[in-house]
Amino acid sequence: MRFGVSLCLLTLALAFRPAAAETANIAVAANFAAPARAISEAFDGKTRLSIGATGQLFLQISQGAPYDVFLAADQARPALAIAEGLGIKGSSFTYALGRLVLFSRDSNRVTGLESLWDQSLRKIAIANPATAPYGAAAVDLLQALDVFEALEPKIVQGKNVTQAYQFAAVGAADLAIVAASLTMGRTKRGYTLLIPADMHRPIAQDAALLARGQNNATAKAFLAFLKSPEALAIMHRYKYDAPMNVSSARKTDG
Amino acid sequence: MSGQIDAAFEGALGDFHLDTTFTAAMSGVTALFGPSGSGKTTALRCIAGLTRMQGRLSVNGRDWQSAKAFIPAHQRPVGYVFQDANLFPHLTVTGNLNFAAKRAGKRSNGDSPAIDFDETIDLLGLAPLMQRMPAALSGGERQRVAVGRALLSRPQVLLMDEPLSGLDQAAKADILPYLESLTDTLAIPVLYVSHDIGEVARLADHMVLLNSGRAIASGTIGDMLERLDLGLLVEPFEESVLATAEVTGHDPKYRLTRLICCGQPLTIPEADLAIGETVRLRIRARDVALATKRPEGISIRNILEGHIAEISAAPGAAHAETLVDINGARLRARITLEALAELELCVGAPVFALVKSVTFDGRSIAAKPQN
Amino acid sequence: MDDIWQPIWLSIRLATVTTAFLLVLGAPLAWWLARSPRRWKEAVAAIVAMPLVLPPTVLGFYLLLALGPDGPAQYLNGHGLAFTFEGLVIGSIIYSLPFVVQPIRNAFEAFGEKPLEAAATLGAGPWDRFWHVALPLARPGILTGAVLGFAHTIGEFGVVLMIGGDIPGETRVLSVAIYDYVETLQWRKAHLLAGGMVAFAFIVVLAVLLLNRRPTRQGASA
Repeated sequence: MRFGVSLCLLTLALAFRPAAAETANIAVAANFAAPARAISEAFDGKTRLSIGATGQLFLQISQGAPYDVFLAADQARPALAIAEGLGIKGSSFTYALGRLVLFSRDSNRVTGLESLWDQSLRKIAIANPATAPYGAAAVDLLQALDVFEALEPKIVQGKNVTQAYQFAAVGAADLAIVAASLTMGRTKRGYTLLIPADMHRPIAQDAALLARGQNNATAKAFLAFLKSPEALAIMHRYKYDAPMNVSSARKTDG
Repeated sequence: MSGQIDAAFEGALGDFHLDTTFTAAMSGVTALFGPSGSGKTTALRCIAGLTRMQGRLSVNGRDWQSAKAFIPAHQRPVGYVFQDANLFPHLTVTGNLNFAAKRAGKRSNGDSPAIDFDETIDLLGLAPLMQRMPAALSGGERQRVAVGRALLSRPQVLLMDEPLSGLDQAAKADILPYLESLTDTLAIPVLYVSHDIGEVARLADHMVLLNSGRAIASGTIGDMLERLDLGLLVEPFEESVLATAEVTGHDPKYRLTRLICCGQPLTIPEADLAIGETVRLRIRARDVALATKRPEGISIRNILEGHIAEISAAPGAAHAETLVDINGARLRARITLEALAELELCVGAPVFALVKSVTFDGRSIAAKPQN
Repeated sequence: MDDIWQPIWLSIRLATVTTAFLLVLGAPLAWWLARSPRRWKEAVAAIVAMPLVLPPTVLGFYLLLALGPDGPAQYLNGHGLAFTFEGLVIGSIIYSLPFVVQPIRNAFEAFGEKPLEAAATLGAGPWDRFWHVALPLARPGILTGAVLGFAHTIGEFGVVLMIGGDIPGETRVLSVAIYDYVETLQWRKAHLLAGGMVAFAFIVVLAVLLLNRRPTRQGASA
């Protein structure tokens, strides 16, 4: 009898749960696309993911794109969105921290950090430091190791971190310093060395609730879900760090 | 004025300048004749409305072009036969003809006679060609289809732009009889552009002579051919006159045909003509010799008696052109200046004109009386 | 997101609608370009050809501004046409315009004035000549233009991504879907779609080559 009552109550509870039947449209930066998909599948709610470069997504948002949530690859764009009234004040937070790896097709090239001193290195690929946080972080790393000036003539820049990865993947560059998430599922094709996070600036990726989604319960739930242990575990599988692990992670203030 | 075509055009196409005024009758075949580049095709295109120049054009009392108005080509009731037939390559012969027939009613305004589809096909011998595509036709066949197509659009005037000049001799010989019977039966006027005096002599009733963009003379075909002062414009080899003759009999033994021309007997190689039929004969000046006495023991069969009507010496040449009057008809004779002096020939002098029978061939006979 | 047929169907719809519009708009434009005596017509031709040389992202950028809520499109419905299927159609029309207009223009120029003059002397007015003489004679060029326009629209990426925004079911076309599958590491699906596109491209090129060889053999009564 009690079981029956509990079942009825549970059923009623389920029936009357404020069902987040609304769909949340999520704009996600390309480099976070794979974990975002996995997280959205684990999330209990309807989401639609749209993938693009952070800059292009920002431009589209400013032109009225129908997104509710913005998952960027940097901190600047969400902050700018909020400053321009496209995002909700106070809603932005760092949802993930990116990690760097050394990557090469050739196993000899990634024995350790000392690989960077190898004289036989001809070309080393990074993302454009002016436009990509991963590129700026790569420069940080080289400067921290005091090899930046020596290696500068050997550096080739990809327009983004994916292109830098591709340079190394096809052998045009001997070595690349790229996002760890890029090498997910591709380790068979090359060799990687994870770089300690304190050797470069934090690659903080911020999320924000956009104006269009301010009354969207699913959107808000999704943002909350990003901070959950489940989501963080997924991120970790895809080689992103949870924000609270690094003390220097900043929180933007709206 | 009704009953005529009045045309005056002035303008330029590139380097070429046209400034021409002429009239043509609303019946019969009027040739626009002249050397290449004389403006005949341009004038024809102006009449059709395909080329636009300043000027005026009035056809049978209606203004097709004036200072105030220009009726566009598609509203002018003309039929146009292009030099290269210009059939629609994507349609069969039937398709080409139907294209014209379907649009015939639109601009005829009742002035042009109705043309029967089947009659046209018969007239031009198109029946075996109906399902073929233009690419599968010979040059002569294409031209015949082009003529049929132009007729089926119920024109008031038929314009023909050198329809034979793209054809070889065999094709020309094939199509000329069709054109002859056509121009005989047509109730509408034909303007026929050509630089070939042979065609013109055979088909035309009137001629307008053009040179360097101007119309310099016009008249009946017989008159025009006799005008010695226009000799420079016709290739000297071809200068000729037209004579009318009536067939009196045939000689099977020697394969000859006998005729009476200007009251005197004429003999030519056997021709497929009926007794009593009147024909137009073209006699070239270079084929006519003169004698002051009736010659004997000479192979030449045709000896016509008359007197000299006109003499014109070609400047800087060894010969002179003469016109010999034979009972009112005129023959041209070209002889050397030396002969002229030796025979003491002058206007009014009695002479005999000698014409070799063998100079007459199919091309110089037209089964059509001169108008 | 994982429905592999949705982007295919969306791309086909987009390419069909775009090609239909382009034929209706492009044939008269090509006709004018082929026959107009005006001196500034080549300037118009150059404008038409510009999508051939402009980088797609540049084109996409300016289209996004034009179709966005601050651009002229806002007067249509208040918020513009960006991120909608209709916006993609407009973008695709501009992007594929030269691929349709150029072959048709060439076809119109190829047969010259003479057939049209013949038609005029037979009583055919301007529209009659266009419809019954010019279009049939230009048919190979029109088919080529249609095939090229269709294929080019199917293959669009940069422009569509910029003005469409990768919205599943509305603007996530084939090319964008492949990009998404690659980014989300769903490589099998990416291979599948990409392989299909390669096969499609091959068929298209083959069709164009064959179309341009066949002479107008069909007979008809006009």
